[in-house]
Amino acid sequence: MDFGDAPDEAAFRTRLRAWLQDNNPRLPASSTSDDYWAGAAAWHQSLYDAGFFAMSWPTEIGGQALPTVYEVILDDELAAAGAPPRPSLGYLVQGILEHGSEDIQRRFLPGIVNGRERWCQGFSEPDAGSDLASLRTRAEPDGDDYVITGHKVWTSYSDVADWCLVLARTDTDVPKHKGLSAFVVSMHQPGIEQRPLRMINGITTEFGEVLFDGARVPAANMIGAPGDGWRLAMTVVSHEREPGELGYVARYRKVVNQLADRVRDDRAAFDDEQVRDLGWAMIEAEMLRLHVCRRLSDRLDGISHGPEGSVDKLLMTSVEQAVGHAALAVGGAGHDGGDDTWLNVYLYSRAQSVMGGTSQIQRNLVATRILGLPTS
Amino acid sequence: MWWRTLTSSGIADEFGSLMDVRLSHEQSALRDAATQVVDRLGPRAVGQLADDERGTKLEAAVDAAGWRELRTDAGGAPLATGVEAAIIAEELARGLGDVPFLGPTLAADLRRRAGAPPATALETVVLAPGLASLATEVDGGLAIDAQGSATALLLVPVDGGHALAAVDAKPSAVQVDLTRSVAALDPAATGETLPGQTRVLTDDDVTAWTALGLALTTAELVGTMRGAVDLGCEYAKERRQYGSPIGSFQAVQHLLADAFVAMEGSRSVALHAAWAVDALAPDDALAGAAMAKAYSSRAARMVCETVIQVHGGIGNTWECLAHVHLRRALLSADVLGGAGANLDRVLAHAGIGGERGLR
Repeated sequence: MDFGDAPDEAAFRTRLRAWLQDNNPRLPASSTSDDYWAGAAAWHQSLYDAGFFAMSWPTEIGGQALPTVYEVILDDELAAAGAPPRPSLGYLVQGILEHGSEDIQRRFLPGIVNGRERWCQGFSEPDAGSDLASLRTRAEPDGDDYVITGHKVWTSYSDVADWCLVLARTDTDVPKHKGLSAFVVSMHQPGIEQRPLRMINGITTEFGEVLFDGARVPAANMIGAPGDGWRLAMTVVSHEREPGELGYVARYRKVVNQLADRVRDDRAAFDDEQVRDLGWAMIEAEMLRLHVCRRLSDRLDGISHGPEGSVDKLLMTSVEQAVGHAALAVGGAGHDGGDDTWLNVYLYSRAQSVMGGTSQIQRNLVATRILGLPTS
Repeated sequence: MWWRTLTSSGIADEFGSLMDVRLSHEQSALRDAATQVVDRLGPRAVGQLADDERGTKLEAAVDAAGWRELRTDAGGAPLATGVEAAIIAEELARGLGDVPFLGPTLAADLRRRAGAPPATALETVVLAPGLASLATEVDGGLAIDAQGSATALLLVPVDGGHALAAVDAKPSAVQVDLTRSVAALDPAATGETLPGQTRVLTDDDVTAWTALGLALTTAELVGTMRGAVDLGCEYAKERRQYGSPIGSFQAVQHLLADAFVAMEGSRSVALHAAWAVDALAPDDALAGAAMAKAYSSRAARMVCETVIQVHGGIGNTWECLAHVHLRRALLSADVLGGAGANLDRVLAHAGIGGERGLR
């Protein structure tokens, strides 16, 4: 058991640290302003082009094929430099690697990984949130195409996406989980209307809803076979719950470091309660770093798409919300009309217990699939 | 597949050594051995705590395994790292092993650092009142994990640092932790300087030793949480109300899920703390251990309280093992400081503590 860097890892760390000195775009805190999202694509491409993204993914899709623990080093150094986190795309990549045909993988994965093609995920609907399998968006065959009709919501990055991974019903005569199929749908076509949603911290460029009214998708863009959509969706959401795939450790540690700098600069301006909130956020963020180290080490012998993601999601949520509380305690709400960064970090943190499956759903999964408690 | 992923053997060929925080085969085997001993000989019910025959067998098995000698000197380094010691601490705690391990292991580490020969009989350490640090005087000190120990070690000042002194230890009758005893010392007793010391202990030695103590008590808390969650889940599957096992109700499921998740987070920090003991400089090892101990102390109390709640009325009776886990957690948390004391250590290490620590 060894948490330390091996020589190759230490050399990589040094190289990355030097690169970050010259290439940190110094974007605002993640997900707190539209400026952050405006710079996110350029950051992805810059990180990728320098060889510092997709560390553990296959070279054939643009990755570096390094051991998974290189992702840990990447997150460490991004946080230490105060750079933006790495793009959160692991769940899409893992889902397509697990379920896509070679043709689908060859056509789509390189563009996702190198950041030249942007994606969004059309799963949730107004009447299908936690009960995702009840979704009503339909995909009906028409020649070599399917025609998509329906309403997707909570669709992150839909404003900039080139492609949408759409989960749609292709068979209404079978139980609800079995009638779903997954498609890669072009967002650049007339049958699609994208509407931004304004989040509680005011940003408008992360979140959206998408209306499909006769949008077309070639049958060749189906991932897996008809009826395989639920399995793909479960793989995708299981990885969407993993901080190791999302790179969120860097996001949390960056905020914590910035807050610690504020307190260090003027300790007397903060009372013990504020400093304690920050201390717990530091401890929580460090816990998640070590937890990701453990999970990614477990993958050295191959990946599992199991229910552990629900444990990780609940841990990640407690970290994000502790960091949010520290941001509010130390950064302040900004009632004087000044900097609203810390208020926005705090407000954004409330979404973490909902996105990717609510904390209540995660607890159901931990209880029944890990602890073996009976289903009601 | 048209793409290639790394396999373990490929990784070994291409990269040689690697950051890998999984237990080695030897470490897994050690854990399995400890699991077998404590599952066979640990108390399975409150009534069995008083079963002297069982207790004697457990003591003999632990003695024969040599686990209390893991931190003795082996050619200038400890016989085993903090990771191996933490593995034993965790398993004994999980199974409510009512046998000394923490105290003797910490005493052995002190002797090693002072260049003193290993103890010839069972020995433990004296902590200052409140248990948050190693004692520097007999008066008010408490010998932890003291059953079977004839003597206990504390620090005395000498030129350039500290030396070890030994004092007689006798367990007192009333104990918070029903599996381990704490001995109040005779205030009139005086510590005798331990013979055979060849090195003066520095502040760094005390810091590194404290990191070991925090790592071991953190591992104990993880073990306690595992044992408690297992107990709570077993009960939730058996106990029926409204015609169904209570474990089928979401309200109960979510309590146990949160407890399990808190244990998993604690396990990740505990692994790092155990590794850091021998791999990092003393200040960094202490900071890592303090993070782990603060996190796990807070988690363990929540987990044990949850398991009492899941047991309902039974959980509030002496005969239910739930409070035995909680009581063990209370001692593990307080030894070398729990959530508050270690939060202060973390803040001090980050340069944002108060001038006199937090008030």
